[in-house]
Amino acid sequence: MKLTTEEVRYVADLANLRLTEEEVVHMSHDLGQILTYIEELSKVNTEQVAPMAQVLYEADETATLREDRPRAPLSNQKALENAAASGAGYYKVPKVIER
Amino acid sequence: MSNVPPVPTLTVGRIREGLRKKEFSAVDVATAALEFAERENPKTNAYLTFSSERALNTANRVDRQIAKGEHVGELAGVPLGVKDVIVTKGLRTTCGSRILEHYIPPYDATAVIRLEEEGALVIGKLNCDEFAMGSSNENSAFGPVRNPVALDRVPGGSSGGSAAAVAQGTCVVSLGSDTGGSIRQPASFCGVVGVTPTYGRVSRNGLAAFASSLDHVGPFGRNVEDAAIVLKAMAGRDELDSTSAFATVDDYGLLMKQDVKGLRVGLPREYFSGLSADTKRIILAATKKLEDLGCQVSEISLPHTKYAVACYYIICTAEASSNLARYDGVRYTIRGDSDTLSDMYRNTRGAGFGAEVKRRIMLGTYVLSAGYYDAYYLKAQKVRSLIAQDFANAFERVDAIVAPVSPFPAFKLGEKIADPMSMYLSDIYTITGDLSGVPCMSVPCGLSPEGLPVGLQLFAKHFDESTMFRLAWNFEQAMNS
Repeated sequence: MKLTTEEVRYVADLANLRLTEEEVVHMSHDLGQILTYIEELSKVNTEQVAPMAQVLYEADETATLREDRPRAPLSNQKALENAAASGAGYYKVPKVIER
Repeated sequence: MSNVPPVPTLTVGRIREGLRKKEFSAVDVATAALEFAERENPKTNAYLTFSSERALNTANRVDRQIAKGEHVGELAGVPLGVKDVIVTKGLRTTCGSRILEHYIPPYDATAVIRLEEEGALVIGKLNCDEFAMGSSNENSAFGPVRNPVALDRVPGGSSGGSAAAVAQGTCVVSLGSDTGGSIRQPASFCGVVGVTPTYGRVSRNGLAAFASSLDHVGPFGRNVEDAAIVLKAMAGRDELDSTSAFATVDDYGLLMKQDVKGLRVGLPREYFSGLSADTKRIILAATKKLEDLGCQVSEISLPHTKYAVACYYIICTAEASSNLARYDGVRYTIRGDSDTLSDMYRNTRGAGFGAEVKRRIMLGTYVLSAGYYDAYYLKAQKVRSLIAQDFANAFERVDAIVAPVSPFPAFKLGEKIADPMSMYLSDIYTITGDLSGVPCMSVPCGLSPEGLPVGLQLFAKHFDESTMFRLAWNFEQAMNS
């Protein structure tokens, strides 16, 4: 399995990752190698097998519901403390109109 | 001069006794542990941040309770290190990543809250592979951790700092996280006990999400009892994690001291090929010891084991690519140069994430992308069912399963870092536990000819940590006698 540098750039774009030219070359090699290994799975017959998304246990259908009672929220100030940029109680980001 | 015994000799039980007899105070323990940890840390780089104020605050509370004759918790005065992927309020939590280098969480993880309520002293945050992705701790943005047993070797990963600190003696117990072996493998490499509880046994609230369906919080200790006490203190349902389980939490420390005569133990044949001759010899000697203790040891099969690594690297990367989308340059302190929104995302993430994290985000994005979902992600989820079914079938015949943790002992720093595939394959024996969600652990079982620790891996049924600890404790007693 090979992943071309074109494909790597396309996937990086989907993942919102800036990669250097050097990283693109490495990624093409590494991902190719890993995907080749992963092809192993095609040997397994899974025709009658249900997918497992989560480890599940027996519990009542409503077991995870809790009483709906108010709790102190995170304050605006606390929520913004780790913001890269903020002002007037909001997160600040570059102009959103043009991607 | 404080009367605290050398910190590396302390156990939970020894601290409890010392406090009870007023040999020393919790503040004495906190001071001694912090001083020792700060002095020894340059050797291993296990700690990224120390939290003396926080540890002393808790210690003062414990000492006041003792002075008033009030009940103190199970972990009163016990120095605890916390892996830096577990958030601590007001205390920097980096996840081993540049992208969170300055992040100060506004809340505490449930596990940390519960342990502090029991009197544990959080003395610092422990180094790890970036976002818990790695098997050697070499993926930390803040430098690798060195194995205290052999400083030119890795401590394992991703909870390398958590294992190294307990092995070095700079804390008594620690917290780690395990997604594909990140507790058991470093525990085995450093010669300490590491426990991955049943999926859902411990709340994930406050654990930075890597692969949510596989992530576990678990303890490290220098002996089985300490690890069991920590697990009991933090286990149980938490309404802030809807996947946390309702199942009753047993008194592991008590139940583990029953004998193991007649316990049915399975040796999965798939775990005994492809490992180093020394490791195989040591593991087989350990199983002989279990027989001597009265266990009925028999060979079993977990036939889908060979597909576990491939299955895992699809599921964990897919979940990671989604979970790590939140590091976008808006909410987590660091932002790359940007005039547009798109550049903000790309530049922040391009500069903030290290090579392995990028590799996994890329792989995860690829396997989830249009046209590939069925072939990769759905296929892997089906294979995961088969792997979980292997365990269910085996547990109809046996009460516990034992196997190696790793095919080989701690490798040298730099030995595998250039070859991601060989690093991934080093997790071959631990990944199945996470995929199936059963409890598993590593307990020291011997030394290689070079003097490197080897860990014995134990698995039990979902929520049957008691049987696992019973086997581990009896084995540990036999090893020490």
